[in-house]
Formats: sequence, structure tokens, C-alpha cells
Amino acid sequence: MKLSGAEIIVQFLKDEGVEHVFGYPGGAVLHIYDAIFQQDAVRHILVRHEQGAVHAADGYARATGKPGVALVTSGPGATNAVTGIATAYMDSIPMVVLTGQVISPYIGSDAFQEVDAVGITRPCVKHNFLVKSLKDLQSTLKKAFYIATTGRPGPVVVDIPKDLTDPNIKIPYKYLETIEMRSYQPTVKGHPGQISKAVDLIRTAKRPMIYSGGGVVLGDASEQLIEFTRHLGSPVTNTLMGLGAYPATDPLFVGMLGMHGTYEANMAMHECDVLIAIGARFDDRVTGDVKKFCPGAKIIHLDIDPSSISKNVKVDIPIVGDIKHVLTDMIQQLKTGEPQPDEKALQKWWKQIEQWRGKNCLRYDRNSALIKPQFVIEKLWEVTGGDTFVTSDVGQHQMFAAQFFKFDKPRRWINSGGLGTMGFGLPAAMGVQIAHPSETVSCVTGEASIQMCIQELSTALQYMLPLKIINLNNRYMGMVRQWQEFFYDKRYSHSYMETLPDFVKLAESYGHVGMRIEKPEDVDGALREAMALKDRLVFMDFITDQTENVYPMIAAGKGHNEMHERELA
Amino acid sequence: MRHIISILMENEAGALSRVAGLFSARGYNIESLTVAPTEDASLSRMTIVTTGTEAIIEQITKQLNKLIDVVKLADISEGGHIERELMLIKLRASSNTLREEIKRMADIFNGRILDVTEGTYTVELTGSGEKLDAFIGSLDHSTILETVRSGATGISRGERALQI
Repeated sequence: MKLSGAEIIVQFLKDEGVEHVFGYPGGAVLHIYDAIFQQDAVRHILVRHEQGAVHAADGYARATGKPGVALVTSGPGATNAVTGIATAYMDSIPMVVLTGQVISPYIGSDAFQEVDAVGITRPCVKHNFLVKSLKDLQSTLKKAFYIATTGRPGPVVVDIPKDLTDPNIKIPYKYLETIEMRSYQPTVKGHPGQISKAVDLIRTAKRPMIYSGGGVVLGDASEQLIEFTRHLGSPVTNTLMGLGAYPATDPLFVGMLGMHGTYEANMAMHECDVLIAIGARFDDRVTGDVKKFCPGAKIIHLDIDPSSISKNVKVDIPIVGDIKHVLTDMIQQLKTGEPQPDEKALQKWWKQIEQWRGKNCLRYDRNSALIKPQFVIEKLWEVTGGDTFVTSDVGQHQMFAAQFFKFDKPRRWINSGGLGTMGFGLPAAMGVQIAHPSETVSCVTGEASIQMCIQELSTALQYMLPLKIINLNNRYMGMVRQWQEFFYDKRYSHSYMETLPDFVKLAESYGHVGMRIEKPEDVDGALREAMALKDRLVFMDFITDQTENVYPMIAAGKGHNEMHERELA
Repeated sequence: MRHIISILMENEAGALSRVAGLFSARGYNIESLTVAPTEDASLSRMTIVTTGTEAIIEQITKQLNKLIDVVKLADISEGGHIERELMLIKLRASSNTLREEIKRMADIFNGRILDVTEGTYTVELTGSGEKLDAFIGSLDHSTILETVRSGATGISRGERALQI
């Protein structure tokens, strides 16, 4: 079979099992779009802005575990994609982004819509390529998918000059099943000696604590985490990225940890004697002041990326490997050898944890005449029976969703944790809905974040994506306002928006259903009504309490035992 | 602490900028960096001299290993090693006294005079960075017209070899 470069790209995507590509056409990718037009195996989803394409591919990847694919043109197409690429990079999301490039002879001449895409994206990709010749095109694409999806996953950019996609130049094509790279061989199995050492240490634990992160979700190791935790009878906390990896409704789960984590999770971190970190990277929002981090604990760290180990916090027993493999090996050793977990010590530990839990650190004013954002999230969980994908943007609403929605399954909670990208929620939700057409997909957002990619409401109509948008509208950039209240003496510099659109009319003008909900007693009914509209996108504009803050909170530079709690009258 | 990190990497366009970008993005020090192809044209060998605490050096080697283009690396300063740097130095040699002095110093340091004009001598010198510093230190600075140093390259002593 002889194919042009453009046809090779499309045929390769099909052979690689890619069903959806999110993109936006332009000059440098016109040949590729022409090849897309002439087939129907790979479905192209047309977004309204390249950032949306990359976030949608990202949401698709997070919800399925399969690599997301985006296609954009050169120059502004590539630069618009950068925020999405960096978002995926920070959260280790498998993704391949194809960027068009000006024709090879023009490269470096400041040609129309030319940008050094490889240079611009270099610091925020796992790897990137500029394809230099047509004969390298397929192998480069194969490498891109291999790199993106193995080891610690991440985005890979492939920059393709337009002349390499010329429909008149054809070369033989046969799908490459596998590729070998001498410079890239990710570790899978954990070192047996390290695993034994870790198991020995765990057996001595009187106050064990499991701190698990996004790596468990990415490594599809939720089942192993559950088995491991239940065998130990240990408390378990999830990071923001790890929510859902351990069921939130299980009694061993003590909630999220970190800056806006629960009192019980953070205190258990502070007081534990053996900390088992699993697929988590000791992010500053998790650790607080590293000098005060887990002062009495020996630390075991399981991670696929050696550079995550002892980066921020020095650990005692590192184990590099695929989480699923390592946990399986550890479970097997723990179950067969002696001694088994110390029941008496555990009972004492749990008594202490229950005392912390008894403080009910997530309490809020339930008698308020205004809608509390937490209440909306609790109702969302109740009305959907917890059975919905939830994407979010960034800010207070993201923290409320993380704290109040009880995620029982992995890949259900989709948010930009590392980069903290406002504008992520709506396009990511589109990607999730494309991947799971019959599931409920909710986007929890705020009136500031949603406006950063609002144009994608148009994409949602084109593809009839019945998203449920929960806009927690407090007329403020809530998290900015909260920090200004706490740390800038209530000088609310530019965190207020006086000229918000009428979101109901806005949704309607895009062809969707809009609702405005102003009273707490209407929340439940509105959510039920929206969920019943199975085939429509519903934009629910909840007018919430402007003064609400996210609690508990550890201020930057403080330790886990120095939390601020909410004071209620 | 000063460390010498030797890297075998794919001889690809952009590989150098990945390493340089990593150092600048993460705030690591680079004292010197040299790179050239090896006997295998598909591989380049890079030598980076850097400084940092043990924890930082550990991160540097891990982050370098993570780069897809890096095939293999070693911190050769961890064991016995040989370190060499090449310097070419152009000196004013406008009088007999100066010429004799330069010739004498070059001999002492095992240097070679590569180029002679009416008014200048150009000396080639190899050795450790310290030796090159010592040579410069022994000269009257006002006679130095130009100095170019390659940065350090190095290799482990004995059987140990950085190869694939």
C-alpha cells in the first residue's frame, strides 16, 4: 500500500486504535484534514479553540486510560495548544499532539504562521519530535505513542512540516506493530530487595498511613491499593489527583490530604510512624513545610519515575516500578509472612483517628439562606447516586468538589491538579463524554473559570454532548478572594467581576438549556430536572454565597498539624 | 561539590538543547559542557561539570536519565578518573624577553607553541582545569590577547567504560 504523508498519519492513527482526534484545521494541516475527510474510521471532533482540543483529548485520556490525540495547525495553533500540553504534562497524562509546521525549506525563515513548536513545547512535554523526512513519519508517530503511554505517561508533540504530507508524494506503508528504543526502557518490576525491606518495615508499623496519588489511577492499580490497604487495616488518604483510587465511602478512607485536606488525613500524616507513599509525588500543596512533614515516620515510596523519589522529601525505602506490579508483589509477601498487622496497635491508632474525624472538619452552615457551594456538591452526589464523571476547573469549586463528592471509582474525577488550569473543565468534560457517550458527565465550575473556554459550548452542541454544567457562581474569583481575605487584609484586588453575562441566555444562545438557581430549597429539584434531560446540555447557574471559604486550610509554609478550621456560630 | 557527568546520547538535533534547557529550567549549575560525536556516529558524548549538594546531584542524574535522548550516563567523579581540558591561548610576544619567557613557561607546563607571528605566540595546553588556571596565573596578564578553553572532558580509570 502506497500512501501520502497525510494518509499515513490517518491510517496509522486507525491502526494504533485511535478512534477520536480533537482538533482545529489551518494552513499547515490542510493535507491531513483532506485525508481525514476521505475516511470515517478516525472521527475528528472540531473544537472552537486549540486549547479546547488539547483539554478534550486530555479528558478523554483521563477517563479511559487510552492516549488522547489532538491535531492543530502551525504557529498560533501550536501556541494555543501549549496550555493544554503543559496541563497534561503536570498530571502525567498520555497524549499525542500533532502540530502542523510550515514546509521544510521555510523552517527558520519566519514564514507565515511559523513558530518553533518543538522549542516552545520542550519544557512541557515528555518528548517531542520534528519529523525531517517522510520515511521517518510512521516510526516517529509510533515512538510518540510508545513514549506517551509507557513508564510515567505524558504528552508527546510531533511537529510535521506541510511538505511531508503532500498528497502527491506517496511511499509504501505497513503498520509498525512495535518499536524498540535503546534510550527509553521504562522500569516495570520493583527491585525485590527493596520490596522485602519495605515489607519488613511495614510489619513493624504501629501507626501506618497510606498516602496514594494520581499514579495509582494512571497505573490502573486501584484494585491492588484496596487489597493492600484492607490487608493492613491502615488509614488511607488520596491526593487531589488520586481521588477515586480508594473508595471514598469506605471507612478506612480518611479523605483528601494537603492544603485543603481533612483534619484527620493531615493529622494522621503528622502522627504516623510508617508512611507508604504510592504513586504520589510530595507536591508542595500536599506536604506544606517539608521540614515539618511526617516528623516521626519512616517513609516508603513507590513510584514509576525515579526522579520523583527524594525530590522534595528524602525517603527511606524507594521502590521504582509499575505500581500495579509492585503492590501485587508486596501484597503477596505481606499475606504469607509473619508477623501479620498488629491489631492492638491498630485499634489504638484508629481510636485516635476517629477522635480527629469527630471534629467534623468539613462542617459548614447548613441553615444559610444563601446557597452554599458545598451543599450543591453534596446534592450532586446524592442526585446522581455518585454515578457521574466529574470534571472541574480550578479554584474554590474544585476544592469543594474534591472534598464533598465521594468518589468511589478511579478515573471519575478529572481535574487539572498540577498546573491548575482554569478553562480545563468544559473541554475536558467534552472529551469524557465523547469517550463515554451513555454516562453522565458533570462539569463543576465557577463563573470565572467557565469563561476561559466558554466557546466550547458550541462544540458541545455540534456533537450533542449532554453535559451537566454546575456553575458555582459567587461573582468572585473565589480562591483569589479567599487569599486576599486571609493574607491581604481584604483588599480584593481585581478578583471581582461586575459584568458577568446572563449565563441562562448565554447557554440558550448556544442552543442549550440554561437554569438559574438562587435558593437552597431549589437545588435538589434543579439537579434532578437537569439530570432527567438526558440528551441536552444543561447549564445550571447556582448563585452561591459570595463569602464562603474553603476549610480546613493549611497556609503556605505550615505543617500538617497547623490547620485553620472553620468557626461556626 | 564538583561533579563530572558523562552522558551518551542520541546524536539528534535538539538533544543538546534538552540538556541545556533542563539545567536552566530546574536551576542547576553548569560549570562547563562539551559535546561531540563518538566512534559510533549515532551517539554523542557529553561531559557536564556541575556543582551541587548530594541531593541536587542525585536529582540532576535522574532528570538527565529521564530525557528520552539520553542513552546512558555516569558520574565519573564518583570513582578514579582522568580529566582533561584543552586551552589555546594567544599571547603578546613582541620582544625577545617575552618570547623566551613564553617558551620557558610552555615547556614547564608541557605546552606546545602552535602559531608564531612577529608579535604573537599561540600556545596549546592540555590538562586539568587547575593546571590551565596555574598556567594563566603564571603569565603576565597584560600579555594575554585571547583565551579559549574547551571545558573539561573525562573518562573513568581502569576497566570501567561508559558504553552501550
